Amino acid sequence: MPIQYYIYLSLALFSIGIIGVLTRRNAIIVFMCIELMLNAVNLLLVAFSKMHYGMALAADPATTAGIDGQLFVFFIMVVAAAEVSVGLAIIVMMFRNTHSVDINFLNRLKN
Amino acid sequence: MSTTEILFFFLSALALFSAIMVVLSKNPVHSVLWLIAVFFSISGHYILLNAQFLAIVNLIVYAGAIMVLFLFVIMLMNLNAESEPQKHLWMKLAGVVSGGCFFLVLVSLVRQAADMTDKMALMGDGNIGLIKNLGKALFTDFVVPFEITSVLFLSAMVGAVVIGKKE
Repeated sequence: MPIQYYIYLSLALFSIGIIGVLTRRNAIIVFMCIELMLNAVNLLLVAFSKMHYGMALAADPATTAGIDGQLFVFFIMVVAAAEVSVGLAIIVMMFRNTHSVDINFLNRLKN
Repeated sequence: MSTTEILFFFLSALALFSAIMVVLSKNPVHSVLWLIAVFFSISGHYILLNAQFLAIVNLIVYAGAIMVLFLFVIMLMNLNAESEPQKHLWMKLAGVVSGGCFFLVLVSLVRQAADMTDKMALMGDGNIGLIKNLGKALFTDFVVPFEITSVLFLSAMVGAVVIGKKE
């Protein structure tokens, strides 16, 4: 499969995530759109890893080129899990104080 | 058209449609369910690329753990379509236009890039995505980041408890 198809797919998913962050006011949906963007990047990293491996395979049949990309995806998933736990705790705290998940209420942090 | 191509286009269409429905759904619970559909189709892409370990981890961690956490929080807050805050129409339009401009700029960039033409992603072949090779690389070359990850998880756990507890 040409690598450009994967780039277009990832770009479309990433742009949908950006549109979601810009157009929604619910903090949880904004957070979910950030997860969507992370997943678009993960998909592109795996596709590039296989592209790199396919190019190195011609020179050396026992190569492990491109394995770094898949490990980066693994680490991104780890960081995303930690980020979600802390982020949802912040949203729950915000809901307890303002009884709303509207991100426009977050400007109260100013004072 | 081979089976791989049919599966690729089917999974891509499913991922894009579900992603659009995540943004469009009024009810937050529906958004979570559509996002799970996105994660399943991305896992299908990983299986097509023979990255089997990442496909399973994606399902377990994202669709299993993270999305259940989102669902719990949404149900805890009793959110539904009626309590959903809405932005002004002009703000929504500006968001869609700026996101679309971002997409168009990057697509035109990729179309003209000489590095990206005639490159193929290897489908369904190669063993770098298997757990044996990934584990070997993880515990030799990447062992220090892997151990630091445990500290990150511990601090995230403590942070979530400290932030979430009542006074």
